[in-house]
Amino acid sequence: MGFTDDDRVKARAIIDRYPHAKSAMLPLLLLAQDRDGWVTPEAMEEIAVWLGTTPALVLGTCSFYTMLKREPVGDLVVSVCTNVSCLVNRGPELLDGLRSRYEDDTAIMVEEVECIAACDRAPAIQINYEYHGPVDTTAAVDIIEQYRRGELRARTISGSSRGAK
Amino acid sequence: MAIEETRIITKFLRDRPQDSWEYAVAREHNQAYSALEAALKRDPAELIEEVKTSGLRGRGGAGFGTGQKWSFLPAGVFPRYLAINADEGEPSTFKDHMLIEGDPHQLIEGTIISAFAIGAHHAFIYIRGEFALGTERLEAAVAEAYKNGYLGKDILGSGFDLELIVHRGAGCYIAGDETGLLSSLEGERAMPRIKPPFPAIQGLFAAPTVVNNVETISNIPHIVRKGGEWYASMGVNKSTGTRIFSVSGMVERPGNYEIELGMSFRDLIEGLAGGVRGGRPLQFFIPGGASAPWLLPEHLDEPLDMDRASELRTMLGSGAIMVFDDTVDPLLVSWRLARFFAHESCGKCTPCREGSSWIEKVLYRMTNGLGRPDDLDLLLDFGSNIVPGLNAPFAQTTICALGPSTMSHVVSLDRCFGAEIRARLQKDFDKRRTLEVTPA
Repeated sequence: MGFTDDDRVKARAIIDRYPHAKSAMLPLLLLAQDRDGWVTPEAMEEIAVWLGTTPALVLGTCSFYTMLKREPVGDLVVSVCTNVSCLVNRGPELLDGLRSRYEDDTAIMVEEVECIAACDRAPAIQINYEYHGPVDTTAAVDIIEQYRRGELRARTISGSSRGAK
Repeated sequence: MAIEETRIITKFLRDRPQDSWEYAVAREHNQAYSALEAALKRDPAELIEEVKTSGLRGRGGAGFGTGQKWSFLPAGVFPRYLAINADEGEPSTFKDHMLIEGDPHQLIEGTIISAFAIGAHHAFIYIRGEFALGTERLEAAVAEAYKNGYLGKDILGSGFDLELIVHRGAGCYIAGDETGLLSSLEGERAMPRIKPPFPAIQGLFAAPTVVNNVETISNIPHIVRKGGEWYASMGVNKSTGTRIFSVSGMVERPGNYEIELGMSFRDLIEGLAGGVRGGRPLQFFIPGGASAPWLLPEHLDEPLDMDRASELRTMLGSGAIMVFDDTVDPLLVSWRLARFFAHESCGKCTPCREGSSWIEKVLYRMTNGLGRPDDLDLLLDFGSNIVPGLNAPFAQTTICALGPSTMSHVVSLDRCFGAEIRARLQKDFDKRRTLEVTPA
């Protein structure tokens, strides 16, 4: 798909907020991901032009951050925490349960993540960066399916809210 | 006496009508921006003195004096910047998450006052990428603050200008390091920078910069309103005021508790958080986030005092307290923490980049019955290349504190469970050896 003129206006506004253009790197990468569902090489090339840097340096930054996906990941990213507070609250079981349930499902990516700062709700998950917890596999599947059917309104895979933006 | 919280920065978000963080509600119920109105009429140097008097120390982990940090900025050098560290990533810490979602105006007001005190005209709140709702709330609250004249040009007719930018991260623990955050904010990989030069001299875009944590800054409006002496009258020794502790793991009532410093671990864990779940015995607890060395039940009556924690060779760090009962394998916890640090090592310094993965590999075999009798000593041996001397306060051969953090749980294993672990490794080894020579 690539950036539209509308996106370019938005991108310009983001760049203009900062004293130095290059600070806009992460916001622009998130914008690109919201547009295409992942950060495409074409998007990185265009961002490099906007920020007066090279595509390789954009890729270098992009590949450092776990929320930026450099290949398509489907519609829902399910982040399952297994760091210590979730570890002792059946987080690993939840991860195994969800992984086997969605193994062959291209629309849903289950990923193991580090602490997401919801330890009072362990085991905690995020679905497109919306918090749910504590949940077991059955409850988590139920919530994921509600998102899939559109009964719950999902954020983008970058966690941006849909609509207002 | 009943064990109670002392709610200052969490009062509004606990008492307010459900989920209403908006300006009108915060103004009515929490006097939002009244401290800013007062602060703008005062001399910035006087505000810095007020914060010094309060004894407020950074709530992100290092516990450095906030007013002191502000006073390090070189006189007459502009532009200068204020960056708020909202990249809460230390495992089991979830206080900033609550403060941002629950009371964004308190944070914004604190940010504006702090920027005014240090003379910054650009402030950034670097918020963790995973905090989607937090970002949304904060952006909406910033928009409200602009609309009501608390941000922008000539704030409330004071002649002071401030632009506040909410900058969202994209998933990275090390962006929570002071200089890692600045690298990330410049559009780079979040790699920490060698100090000196300290950020106060050369920080963001090589300009003088102050980096403060969300909880630290959320205290500022209250200190301005009620005075530094009032704040310093709470707490214990050089740990003044209140602090939010995130208690989690195997407790009855996990959650955030704002308490006056000086309370004992016992009152916090047993009194407020309800004690170990199911009444099981406590085996050990981690007092200050994943990077803090562990403590044992015998330490429960120690006070929550940052300097006392140092004497106990640990730290209150980010204020995250993780509680483990007697069913938990300490090796499993250690291995999981090792994996966390191996994943989050940015790769800049060799001892941490290489060491963190090796620590994880050796702990993995130890945890899974494949350890060698001297594995714990092996870890301590090569770990001392990251943390020379292996004794808190940790020395380090790396640029940032992630290096020594990779060893803090290993040192804890040795300190708390050394004999048991060595015996277990020997037993596992003997068992395997028996299996090897006995045909199935």
